[in-house]
Amino acid sequence: MENIPILSVITFFPALAAVFLMVISRTAKSAEAKEQLAKNSPYVALLVSGVVFILSLLLVFAFDGSTANFQFTEDTAWLGGGIEYRMGVDGISILFVLLTAFLTPLCILASQTSIKDRVLEYMVAFLLLETLMIGVFCSLDLILFYLFFEAVLIPMYIIIGVWGGKNRVYASYKFFLYTLLGSVLMLAAIIWIYVLSGQQFGAPTTDMVVLMRELDIPLGAQTWLWLAFFASFAVKMPMWPVHTWLPDAHVEAPTAGSVILAGILLKLGGYGLLRFSLPLFPDASIKFAPLVFGMSVIAIIYTSLVAYRQHDMKKLIAYSSVAHMGFVTMGIFAMNVQGIQGAIFQMLSHGLISGALFFCVGVIYDRMHTREIAFYGGLVKQMPVFAAFLLFFTMANVGLPGTSGFVGEILTMVGAYQLNPWVAAGAALGMILSAVYALHLYREVVFGEVTNPKLETITDMTGREVLILAPLALFTLILGVYPSLVTDITAASVDNLLADIAASTTLGAR
Amino acid sequence: MWEKIILFFPELLLAVSASQLLLFGVSKKSNRSDLVRYIGIAVLLVFAFSGFLLGMPNGTAFNGALVIDNYSHYVKMVIGLAGAASLVFAKPYLQSEKLDKHEFTVLLLYAVLGMSIMASANNLLTVYIGVEMQALALYIMAAFNRDSLRSSEAGLKYFVLGALSSGLLLYGLSLIYGFSGSLDFDRIGAVIVAGASPGLIAGMVFMLCGLGFKISAAPFHMWTPDVYEGSPTPVTGFFAGAPKFVAMCLIARICVGPFGGIEDQWQQVIIVFAVLSMFVGAIGALAQTNIKRLMAYSSIANMGYALVPLSAGGAAGVKGMLIFMSIYIITIIGIFACILQMRIRNGMVEEISDLSGLSKSNKGLAIILSMFMFSVMGIPPLLGFWGKLFAFLPAVEAGLVWLVVLALVASVIGAFYYLRIIKAMWFDEPAHEFVEAPSSLRWISIGSAVLVLPLLILPFTAIPATGFINQAAASLF
Repeated sequence: MENIPILSVITFFPALAAVFLMVISRTAKSAEAKEQLAKNSPYVALLVSGVVFILSLLLVFAFDGSTANFQFTEDTAWLGGGIEYRMGVDGISILFVLLTAFLTPLCILASQTSIKDRVLEYMVAFLLLETLMIGVFCSLDLILFYLFFEAVLIPMYIIIGVWGGKNRVYASYKFFLYTLLGSVLMLAAIIWIYVLSGQQFGAPTTDMVVLMRELDIPLGAQTWLWLAFFASFAVKMPMWPVHTWLPDAHVEAPTAGSVILAGILLKLGGYGLLRFSLPLFPDASIKFAPLVFGMSVIAIIYTSLVAYRQHDMKKLIAYSSVAHMGFVTMGIFAMNVQGIQGAIFQMLSHGLISGALFFCVGVIYDRMHTREIAFYGGLVKQMPVFAAFLLFFTMANVGLPGTSGFVGEILTMVGAYQLNPWVAAGAALGMILSAVYALHLYREVVFGEVTNPKLETITDMTGREVLILAPLALFTLILGVYPSLVTDITAASVDNLLADIAASTTLGAR
Repeated sequence: MWEKIILFFPELLLAVSASQLLLFGVSKKSNRSDLVRYIGIAVLLVFAFSGFLLGMPNGTAFNGALVIDNYSHYVKMVIGLAGAASLVFAKPYLQSEKLDKHEFTVLLLYAVLGMSIMASANNLLTVYIGVEMQALALYIMAAFNRDSLRSSEAGLKYFVLGALSSGLLLYGLSLIYGFSGSLDFDRIGAVIVAGASPGLIAGMVFMLCGLGFKISAAPFHMWTPDVYEGSPTPVTGFFAGAPKFVAMCLIARICVGPFGGIEDQWQQVIIVFAVLSMFVGAIGALAQTNIKRLMAYSSIANMGYALVPLSAGGAAGVKGMLIFMSIYIITIIGIFACILQMRIRNGMVEEISDLSGLSKSNKGLAIILSMFMFSVMGIPPLLGFWGKLFAFLPAVEAGLVWLVVLALVASVIGAFYYLRIIKAMWFDEPAHEFVEAPSSLRWISIGSAVLVLPLLILPFTAIPATGFINQAAASLF
């Protein structure tokens, strides 16, 4: 295992498969052959993403949780001038790789029936997306990270725009331009850091490991750089008040697109804050922590209220995602063990839960082709299995103890409480509000009488749909009752991160 | 003797072969445009690689009027290749529009000759001769479809505004000559180092304005959209690449060469050009529906980005500009090879809406054109991103962070209109079925696409052009 560049294999295998699919599709001339290809391409994609999942599972088993060092590292000459191809994972990033590899096959499975048009292209876009997302979590070089981070826009823009709903063009533009504006500011900051490293070390470098340990950024510059990075990550998260692209993108995207968006893409922001903002700009992070707390609490309370008033199920879940991401930012900037552990945990658990909720919406959308909450009612009579799954994930979303949602929220609140009880109190209020909107959704859709005659013929979940939701439910439950599965892996890296911050800050330990 | 001749062999080659091809073309009644074109392509390829073939000679010719260094070798290589590519992709268009005359090749060779002189200019007069020579050939090429009102209008507009810019340029050159007492770059440089008089600075500003017309930098960009739209499409493709590149390189040579002593003076002018061009290009393009007009605004914006590293000065700045412009030319050639494939049964179409649903009717073309669009937008991992990265690095190094931030914000505005093209191709329902494109066009677009893609795999240092660009930029200092 030592000699195989395992991270590169995991990262680029889906892309190679995508290229293979595209090349194959050029050879098909007759309509029949094309149809056959379109029918078989999901199986290829499923196989490839399944292999990637198994590989990343092996990766997690082989991972040594007792050390904070980067593992499975690769370092190859690439651009020159200190910009190299550097890969590696530590306790913070490895679970995100696993989450990506876990969600992608489920998405492909879910798309097999719901996508009717241009199936092969859809699979190609998804496989490319998987490569880019895993690449973001594995790269240890600023430029390489930026490359993956921004390239994600291309397949996602295409997925929303081609396979999306009625208003897809508007949503895809908004998604693209919002995130692009955020990330170009980060690019300017990255170039600045590169130049600064040249002045400090003699030779410029974008090696994250070196930059985190040795680069000394003056306080004044840290402020600007932190803001530039934050602009990018806050849009990706998304944080209030730059969250407005998310509901549009979610509503218009196809089911699997929403799952990936909520499950992985939102995590890129939180991951970026942990990996870059905190270690590179510790002083600025401490300085701006109150700002982030304020924004987080507003996000938690305000978007929960907004979610309650939605008529569209996907929009409701999208706003709830913004609220849950508020817990993540709050935890990260608490800058203590509970806060950061909680933030990572919350991100992973939200990836499972919100992904599952979008799958649930997809289940009934595929049958009725509407997401209007008012359209539904009394589904429990026709769809008992669905009602059970939706209940479970709704409760997990609210943060019921025993599900993974509870662990993340309680840890981040404990973290924030140590710094500022009022912030934690605000977040707790948000938890109550989340119960309000989530239970409201559940009551409207599942309980009551069947008022809509169209619903009388609706059928319960198929075996495939159960197959998609069951693993998600299983993991939500396992993480809820045995959170050490995650925290054991992340602990060493989080401790190391905190030690680094304490060592390099000039403002004094918190 | 031979040592002297090989210094200006590339120009000699072009001058002789262009004149001979003209004679050859008119000597027989039958149409020989095909043969003339193939010879022209061969000549341009030899011209492009003449630096390598002759062993990279260095020196000056004609009492210092021409300078031959690695910089000029590199510039000539790029314009030679761009010219050859333009000849290749012009062929199907000219044939279908019944414009296939051998003069097209001859004019293009003369234009490249003018550019080649610009690339080697080391004297105010050579600058003017080179600029005028390429401009005169380009005026005629713009009006090449002389029966079309739009094409004639484009040629006339180009000519009138070009004449105005020549006036500005000449006035500036005469001021510089008057206040420095010399036409020679080296002597002017010495005078400036000793102390630049206000007259010299005024002359420099006029000269930069005159050259600003040539790269269509705002506020001297007005002619660009009309000329781009009216000219025959392959001519537009040629306009957008080689002349811009060579004028940009000439500006770089003049600024860091003779005027290197007053960097703080020209830097302001360049920065004004850069900022205005970026925003005029980005905002002007938003409402365009014609893809050629859109590319005109896109080229204005891109010139703005190319001026960013130049404003930083120094070898790093010139290198950044060269990398950015080279990548820009590759993309432009690819984009125009794609535009030239937009052909329906009744002829060419050039509205963005005509691209609707291209991903269904012609998936290969749609994928390639999308790649180019994402590349000019500057989205990694495509080549355009590296162009921007290497262009903005020297500017940050020189402390012009605000300029880089402005450029990046402009590029976000610009992303919108490139996205519109991608949207038309992928999200909309098919409008036309394009007829099968000639294989030469397909190969050019595929070739450029392959060049735009590969950096994820290739180490950048392994690309031979990088070393060449380094040497080229270093040879100016």
